[in-house]
Amino acid sequence: MRLERRAHVPLHLVILAPLAAVFAALLLAAGLIAAAEVNPLTAYGEMLRGALGSRLSITEMLTRATPLIFTGLAAAVAFRARLWNIGGEGQFFVGALVTAWIGHSLGVPGWIGVPLLMLAGMAAGAALLAGPAFLRLRFGVDEVVTTLLLNFIVILFVGLMIEGPLRDPLAFGWPSSVPVDGDFRLPDLVPRTRLHIGLLFAIAAAGAVWLVLARTVFGAETRAAGLNASAAAFAGISLPRTIMGVALLSGALAGLAGSVEVMGVTAGVTTTMSPGFGYAGIVVAMLAALHPAGVVAAAVFVATVFVGADAMSRATGVPSFIADVIVALCLLTMLVALLFTTYRVRR
Amino acid sequence: MTKVLELHNITKRFGALTANDDVTLTLDQGEILALLGENGAGKTTLMNILFGHYAADEGTVRVFGQDLPPGLPRAAIAAGVGMVHQHFTLAGNLTVLENVMLGSEPLTRLKSARGEAKRKLMAIADRFGLPVKPEAKISSLSVGERQRVEILKALYRDARVLILDEPTAVLARPEAMRLFETLRDMTKEGLSLIFISHKLHEVMAASDRVAVLRGGKMVAERRTRETTPGELAELMVGRKVERPVRHDHQIGAPVLVADKVRVEDGGETRLDDVSFTVHAGEILGIVGVSGNGQAALGALLSGLAHPASGTLTLADQDVGHLGPRGMIRAGAGRVPEDRHAEGVVGELSLWENAVLERLRTPEFSRRGFVRQGAAKAYTNDLIKRFDIRGAAPDTRIRLLSGGNMQKLILGRVLSNGPRFVLANQPTRGLDEGAIAAVHAELLAARAEGAAILLISEELEEAVALSDRIQAIVKGRLSEPISADEADPQRLGLMMAGVWTEDDHAA
Ligand SMILES: Nc1ncnc2c1ncn2[C@@H]1O[C@H](COP(=O)(O)OP(=O)(O)O)[C@@H](O)[C@H]1O
Ligand SMILES: [Mg+2]
Repeated sequence: MRLERRAHVPLHLVILAPLAAVFAALLLAAGLIAAAEVNPLTAYGEMLRGALGSRLSITEMLTRATPLIFTGLAAAVAFRARLWNIGGEGQFFVGALVTAWIGHSLGVPGWIGVPLLMLAGMAAGAALLAGPAFLRLRFGVDEVVTTLLLNFIVILFVGLMIEGPLRDPLAFGWPSSVPVDGDFRLPDLVPRTRLHIGLLFAIAAAGAVWLVLARTVFGAETRAAGLNASAAAFAGISLPRTIMGVALLSGALAGLAGSVEVMGVTAGVTTTMSPGFGYAGIVVAMLAALHPAGVVAAAVFVATVFVGADAMSRATGVPSFIADVIVALCLLTMLVALLFTTYRVRR
Repeated sequence: MTKVLELHNITKRFGALTANDDVTLTLDQGEILALLGENGAGKTTLMNILFGHYAADEGTVRVFGQDLPPGLPRAAIAAGVGMVHQHFTLAGNLTVLENVMLGSEPLTRLKSARGEAKRKLMAIADRFGLPVKPEAKISSLSVGERQRVEILKALYRDARVLILDEPTAVLARPEAMRLFETLRDMTKEGLSLIFISHKLHEVMAASDRVAVLRGGKMVAERRTRETTPGELAELMVGRKVERPVRHDHQIGAPVLVADKVRVEDGGETRLDDVSFTVHAGEILGIVGVSGNGQAALGALLSGLAHPASGTLTLADQDVGHLGPRGMIRAGAGRVPEDRHAEGVVGELSLWENAVLERLRTPEFSRRGFVRQGAAKAYTNDLIKRFDIRGAAPDTRIRLLSGGNMQKLILGRVLSNGPRFVLANQPTRGLDEGAIAAVHAELLAARAEGAAILLISEELEEAVALSDRIQAIVKGRLSEPISADEADPQRLGLMMAGVWTEDDHAA
């Protein structure tokens, strides 16, 4: 048996790959659910009902999907340029923290303040990834290690800030930062739910990212540099510049996730506000085959698993950690599926 | 007498493409058969079927009169067929002996069977005249030595028929000639051989018989004694090909001038005291054995390396400090040495590759957005003007053959009306038809007044195209000689570093 590289990857395979990966992941997780002595079909049924069964649950799922779209885009942008940004989680938190800190006492009207705070969150995320990108370009330090380790540093730093200088005195001992001013809370998309207009921002961001990647000089140079750095250099495309540009864009998107989550949902920052949005963004990007439109769909899927798992856990007693298992399995099965879309198995 | 090998009516399809179409081929005992064909003719596919890597859609393979089951390399090995692939398959971190044993012994036996295996290997090496150091790491060997190990590996498995896929692609000319001598000796030891090639001179020099594949079909078979390079070239390409010839014409003013340039890389001097002048309408050939500074010269003229001392001027402008984009703006066109590594981004489309160097010019972008319409129209023009076959602007460029890829690279350089062109090994690995096309384009650019610097390891090419020739040896250049004075002996001496004082005066 040998693997042969395909000359063309047909469109139906591109679409089939993530579906097959999800199916395989659910099948594998079914084994675990069965081991917990619950019928997997019942469990998955509860999961679907929990995420999509009512108007409220759908809005809840979409609320979860919103930051996942941003972090998924962040990972997709970076991975396309072979910049392995595993630090989405840290960038999410710095974006959130900066937004809450500035937004707490910013004395401008909401329509100026909201875009300003989004920019601040983006700048914070971008700055956090600029460091590892610089270290890679200057000294060849592997960014997988630096971005991953920064996540832990950032979360500890957030903990420090919300216990100390940014502590919310009105939070009754709950460790939380001061909240953003009420003027900077994002309006609801559906009244009396948590779903806010951040979802529209996220979808717009996906469109913008697609436009940048597919249509601009920056996008074309990034693609060339990511696929063949020496040919790009020969053509006069500066690798450091494209890598740094990608790092800023990717970090900004993850920072924006945190910023929008604060203004749309939590108001203040807590260390538990993210169930791993940054890490799940990596899975979202992979399931999307790094395509911005796919990111939106994949984020909806992952959010369904997250939200549905809670409901399933309540109804059947299977621990809700199964959501993390399913999401992680998706990454592995997707990698296998990608192998089969790029290569063909021959006897 | 039974044939050593018989392929009967082999057909192999890859989707819509028929890579082998009803091919029949036989091999006699003790014979060297050359399988000749252009890139993509189906040579490798045919040999992979014989060796069992692929299963044929139709047809049979017989070895020593026995039918081989399709698609089983083990059966082919057991029947005595050995194959040396175009791309080597050795493990770099293992020794010669371990590589040879790998695959014929279970991994667990690698240690215990060593002594015996070493004796067998040395006996084979001795008998076939293929000296090796069994305990040397593969990664420490030259390509020529690695190839020897590949051959030994096949012989170790008692191959009586040996297939070599483009064995000289990675070898310098003298190494290639030595290889063919060895192959000849091996036939005296009872081996029968097939070697694949698209180079006429080695087919003529080293084979008993030639089989010519074109477009997947077996178009002719000749005794080597009874044919000529001209006939083979025509059979291989399917029409008459002749390399174009250079006509004398008026040479213009100096365009590119290097004056006492030194280039360093990582603290080592790569070019030393290099001076040359290329005039408008002139081709200056730089010949030399590879590894003597050609890479540094190419990098210097591409804008990827800069003089540590000395000056480089292009049309009176100092360009020594410019990067690739600056060089292009100053009027330089660059054809890189390695198409795949530096020339193109394989996963991108033709049109993206065509405009890669000029993405930021107003012609191909506006306000940061790529002008796709303009870029695709330009690529369509290149496809027509430079006769790029089998592609549309949206085709991924890695699907093109080497020749067509090179035509696109030449096209994007020449369509820009460059004052100076660097052509670094422009025909390496190309087949006859493509070589003729590339030569014709370079001569046309010369006729239009471009100053061209040609770096080549092929002496015939350098002599045919160049007005003047300089040799590069250990990072230094000889004085130029005019192409009329260039005979093989003189060039050979120059390339060996022997150039006399009165050459300096000339
Ligand atoms: N695994 C494959 N899948 C699809 N097409 C292939 C495959 N291998 C070879 N081909 C195609 O078959 C043709 C013959 O290829 P090959 O036998 O490698 O030619 P050669 O060795 O004569 O250069 C080419 O057009 C090539 O693109
Ligand atoms: Mg081949």
